[in-house]
Amino acid sequence: MSTLAVEVVYRGIFQKTLARNIVRSIVFAARKDGKIGTAFGRYGDSPERNGIPAKQFAIVADDPEELEESLAVYQATNVDVTINVDDTMCKGIESWAWYGLQPINELTKPGGTLIVTSRQQADALLDDIHPKESPYNLSIVTGIPSFSGLWVYKDDHTDVRVLGALCKVCPELVSLDAMLETIEEQMGGGTKVVSAQRSYERTGARPVEPGEGGNRREMKFTMPGWKSMEEGLVIRAIPEGGEFAEGEGGYVPGRSDVFKKFSTRSMRPVVNFETCIKCTLCWLQCPDTCFDVTPDGLYDANMEACCGCGVCEAVCPVPDCVTMVNEAEFNDNDSQWQWWQKDKDGYNKWMTDLVEQQKAETRTHGFHHVGGYAQEIQAAEAD
Amino acid sequence: MTTTVPTDMFQQSTEELISGSEAIAIACALADVDVITAYPIRPYDTVMQYVSKLKADGAFDCDFIVAESEHSQFEIVKHASAVGARTFCGSSGVGWFYAFEAITVTAGLRMPVVAMVGNRALDDPGAFGVEHNDAMAVRDLGWHLYWVATAQEAMDIALLAWRVAEDRNVLLPFAISCDGSFLTHSQAIVQVPTREQVNRYLPGYNRHELQLHPDNPITVAPQVNEDWLMEIRRQTDEAMRRAVGVIYEAYDEFKEVFGRGDPSPFIEEYMTEDAEIILVGMGTLAMPTRVAVRRMREQGKKVGFVRVKFFRPFAVEEVQNALRGAKGIAVIDRDYSYGSPSFGGVLFHELRSTLYPLPERPLMLNFIAGLGGREVMVRDVNEMVETIEKALETGKIEQETTWINVRE
Repeated sequence: MSTLAVEVVYRGIFQKTLARNIVRSIVFAARKDGKIGTAFGRYGDSPERNGIPAKQFAIVADDPEELEESLAVYQATNVDVTINVDDTMCKGIESWAWYGLQPINELTKPGGTLIVTSRQQADALLDDIHPKESPYNLSIVTGIPSFSGLWVYKDDHTDVRVLGALCKVCPELVSLDAMLETIEEQMGGGTKVVSAQRSYERTGARPVEPGEGGNRREMKFTMPGWKSMEEGLVIRAIPEGGEFAEGEGGYVPGRSDVFKKFSTRSMRPVVNFETCIKCTLCWLQCPDTCFDVTPDGLYDANMEACCGCGVCEAVCPVPDCVTMVNEAEFNDNDSQWQWWQKDKDGYNKWMTDLVEQQKAETRTHGFHHVGGYAQEIQAAEAD
Repeated sequence: MTTTVPTDMFQQSTEELISGSEAIAIACALADVDVITAYPIRPYDTVMQYVSKLKADGAFDCDFIVAESEHSQFEIVKHASAVGARTFCGSSGVGWFYAFEAITVTAGLRMPVVAMVGNRALDDPGAFGVEHNDAMAVRDLGWHLYWVATAQEAMDIALLAWRVAEDRNVLLPFAISCDGSFLTHSQAIVQVPTREQVNRYLPGYNRHELQLHPDNPITVAPQVNEDWLMEIRRQTDEAMRRAVGVIYEAYDEFKEVFGRGDPSPFIEEYMTEDAEIILVGMGTLAMPTRVAVRRMREQGKKVGFVRVKFFRPFAVEEVQNALRGAKGIAVIDRDYSYGSPSFGGVLFHELRSTLYPLPERPLMLNFIAGLGGREVMVRDVNEMVETIEKALETGKIEQETTWINVRE
């Protein structure tokens, strides 16, 4: 008698099909093991938006009655395995469906497993992850996050590799044989079966102790009741912005305290303040008003508000002045401009090195086809 | 906001021979409504004709917008109401239904739009006679819903409507239901009050902290997910509960300022005191019913009549008290609810639910009458009473719902 639950945390639109493939395959494979299951997306996420963290679930039970018992709570409050298909979401997720920042491991049961697709090492990932009171395991499927848009699916075997790893870390959920058979039947088999098998063999788990994890960022809100809520669906405007500090000049726009956008970001803009010509385009075009105008007339992207869409990079007329960089490189949302003010040489060196390194990166942030698709686009154009 | 043009109209109280539609149009002028939207559909369109004439005659000034459809018509007043404009609009039958996307949200956003519903059949090709199903569609949506019986009442309730709807403790829209033809197109003697009286009775509309204005920067109606909707519904529910008290207060003051009105704003009782059989109905069918009751009283029958005026909010206790002690209740519905319990009408179910908690429940029968504008006549009412008398005598209900004056 047992019911097992798996959640897949994914980036809305960009990874929707990936998440769907994973949860559906779990249920198909469980059927082969004589179990029953269900797969569904969180309804509150359903007006899905580009990059905004979202969830899908797979619930597997021994018999229909047991499945019904577990579905009496439609949205699982704890899961045996959390699968995170973009490592930048280890920093926590602010979804369309809830308020605040949810730690990536919030639903992972004591003794459960967090699987992350990443090229980072466990310790580096744990720097990003919130500590938990109970022990669990961290398991890494090595690779870059598989990103594509709404109309394309990046068939790079991420789905089958995650499924192979899942069989290893949670054998009571589904057997490897059943999973390989499912992949053969549902996903075209061939090299995919080999990929799943290899991932199974290579996957290990690193125990995470209670309290382990470097992310202390909390963002929780109490929802008002009907007696204290404003009537007539009225939301007060955010107070207007103002100077950096009194008398300093510059302009910081007003921003919401209860709604941030940073967990949508998988890449962030890094600014070269030395080559900036103050043309205003990034500030003007940013859809989230996330650029602060500094007292010296430069533009500093506020990392609490930036969703990582890359428009600033696209409109900037100066080469390498605004560059989108893998979000995994960062552990905080601090101001780049303030760092540059304090230590220009230090900042400039860090920034130029990072920009050079990024040029060799294959990461894409999904909003437009850069990085990960360069080769594919070239190949398609050659045809 | 528009300003009132100087006019010598309404300096004196006058007596006019006007229809229910004209009466409401005059109420618009007296209440100095700011934004009025219109789109023609019979029988509501009589109101828009009279309103535009009053504006042209200089009786009052307003933004009079003829929209390109009912949907826009109701959207415009909803938005105008958000910035603090007193509003009026209306429609009939399927026109009213076409505006429903706006109509449903108007209550949730707490916009005190006042609308006249010229009751009309739901358009089985071209039908435009009275039927109550059109207005009934807002009964669950947070709208006040009132059925008037005379042109005088139409004017009086219109004035009360802005007073109640715009009360800060309420802020809910108000539908004034008027039977097509019998009310909208029939002229009767109406006492028109002075502007001074109306100004005394009706304060300006002020949304206070909910007003959409550059000095009060707010967002109205953002995306609402499951995190918020129950709280919003509960707020609307509470506002409707508060409306009951506000209506009593507003009605008392109405009687004081204008010197007329019934004992209760919610129901009209006619010869109910010792009645063993009480008929219940809404709107203009009150007239033939009262005549029938009077005649039966002359024959020694203990019969009475209760007219439900406010269908929403529904005055449960008042109705219970009025009907308590009667042996039989005959409910006349100028509407229907296909497939409902007893295959009956909407008012019938509401009354059965109202009377269920009474220790001694009366026998209840439902009569579907006057659909699509067919007249409800004295002999129809007699037939209803005879039917219920027979049921009381035998203690047997042959059928709960009877269609009156229908060809077989």
